[in-house]
Amino acid sequence: MATHRASLSTLRRNRGVVAGLLVFGLIALACLAAPLYAEHVAGVGPEANNITGTFQRNGRTLDVVTPGGRPVGPGWSRRYLLGADRNGRDVMVRMLYGGRNSLVVGIVAALITTLLAVTLGLLAGYLRGWVDAVIRGGFDLLWSFPVVLLAIALGTALAIGGLELGPVTIEGDSLWIPILVLGAVYVPYLGRPIRGQVIALRESGWVEAAEAQGLGAPRIMVAEILPNLASTLLVFGTLIVANNILTEAGLSFLGAGIQGPSWGSIIAEGVDRPTTAPHLAIVPGLAIVATVLALNVVGDGLRAALDPRARVSLR
Amino acid sequence: MRGFVARRMAGMALVLLAVSLTAFLVFNVIPGGDPTVRIAGRSASEQTRAQVREDFGFDRSYPVQYVRLMGQVLDGTLTSYPDRVNVRDEIVRGIPATASLVIGAAVIWVLFGVGFGVLSARYAGRWPDRVVGALAMVAISLPVFWVGAMLLYYLTYRVELFPPGGYVGLSEDPGGWLTHLLLPWFTLSLLFIGVYARVLRTSMLDAEHEDYVRTARAKGLSERRVMTRHVLRNALVPLVTLFGLDFGAAIGGGAILTEAVFDLHGVGQYAAGAVDSLDLPPVIGTTLYAAFFIVLMSALVDIVYGWLDPRVRVDG
Repeated sequence: MATHRASLSTLRRNRGVVAGLLVFGLIALACLAAPLYAEHVAGVGPEANNITGTFQRNGRTLDVVTPGGRPVGPGWSRRYLLGADRNGRDVMVRMLYGGRNSLVVGIVAALITTLLAVTLGLLAGYLRGWVDAVIRGGFDLLWSFPVVLLAIALGTALAIGGLELGPVTIEGDSLWIPILVLGAVYVPYLGRPIRGQVIALRESGWVEAAEAQGLGAPRIMVAEILPNLASTLLVFGTLIVANNILTEAGLSFLGAGIQGPSWGSIIAEGVDRPTTAPHLAIVPGLAIVATVLALNVVGDGLRAALDPRARVSLR
Repeated sequence: MRGFVARRMAGMALVLLAVSLTAFLVFNVIPGGDPTVRIAGRSASEQTRAQVREDFGFDRSYPVQYVRLMGQVLDGTLTSYPDRVNVRDEIVRGIPATASLVIGAAVIWVLFGVGFGVLSARYAGRWPDRVVGALAMVAISLPVFWVGAMLLYYLTYRVELFPPGGYVGLSEDPGGWLTHLLLPWFTLSLLFIGVYARVLRTSMLDAEHEDYVRTARAKGLSERRVMTRHVLRNALVPLVTLFGLDFGAAIGGGAILTEAVFDLHGVGQYAAGAVDSLDLPPVIGTTLYAAFFIVLMSALVDIVYGWLDPRVRVDG
């Protein structure tokens, strides 16, 4: 308990962690408030096209998209605060909705990765034998696929046909598809170090004591070993969320990620036409960098506070 | 040692087999995977579809289809479904661009990653360390494709310093090759420089506390010699693993995002295209190509480790 309190105060003193949490919290809050902004400030939803319309900015009437196909850029006005895209949609509104998608996918996928990796790592590391061999083989196999390629393949294929898992049917445009894809592909990256840690913990005195008391394997895994993995999971979890947001943006950029607004897909639109609408590529990129940087700083600070010797890293 | 290498090679073949089988199965199980519709067209009659199924062998059992596909992989006659293009030729066509991109970037990221890592560890806690740490943190938080897009926007559209993407062969025009690759090299290496600098800093600071370093200092060796021969040399070992895996993945087509932003037409971009159109033969071909490099590099890493540290060999 004393060590926990000590790490907590270390954490509070780490200005990086506090700043990172603050930045991430603000971004997450803003994205959560997307419907409020859309309704009360901009007055339009994320999919509202407006190619031929006009709007008021600083008392002047402007084309949302010029007849030459140039969308309006950022400026101080309730509508089109961050400009328009080439369909005349409000980029600020799309940024908020897109950010919601990016964050939900990044966080839920990280939870799935963690859950799978912990379960498999515990089983492999504690039971050893053939269970370990099978799980390790699975990790090696998944590890041998190029991650981005695998994710594009699964994302594209599932987006076309959807997915049927027994009674559950997932539509092709569901957020669950990028979530499941990202949740699966990074399992070996966490599962391997977890397995290693479990093997080391298994040799520890208190696990031997628990075995001598006649406790069963499930009880030992959950009650004796799992709590010792907590700090690794917390650090790794944060870094995986950051990594997921980057990977998802890349997938959306290639058209295999979130169907609907996302930071990556807005960038892709901007990259297609760099000369007419550079703000489409610049603004969401900055949002991604701010979010991912904040998470990485938090993860780094957590690692320093919880376990200075842990050398977990994820790219 | 020879037995260790042989075991690793056998394991490699097994993993490649499993990779091809998985790719094949996944593509036949998922709903969008059926190639008949794409070849015959959506509006094709049932009769035409049956004809296509027979011509392409889709009416045969899965094991037969798989074995036939693998036969084509081995003798180089694998062709894509709708447009009948030879997959091996397409991969070979992409290799110069991918190899130029990845090898060039690897040289940059190793040099700068190690340089910044040493600088950071040497001045740990002081301002050079803080600056490098902050820059490395930013570098690992940047979306690769966005960096590429920003560089293209500012340095080719706004200021016409660099050519706007594409690949020029080294033998055709060495100058053009270089100018076309400078931005992609920078883009691809940025993340790795950040990662390597951070990892090396940590492992150098760890090595500082080892007994052999204290012994070396106690022997009266010069600080420079202790740093290069004892600290740095041992601290570089984790980077060997990292480099093997990163380089293998990138040369196998993992640098898709960089290739796509700069339109280099490398193997990765070909693979992404194949995957995008759900075309099984090029997907199998490029996946095996990529997996080959990933598996080869991780086997090489294990062998190098076994050579550096004989204890590893026992575990296999």
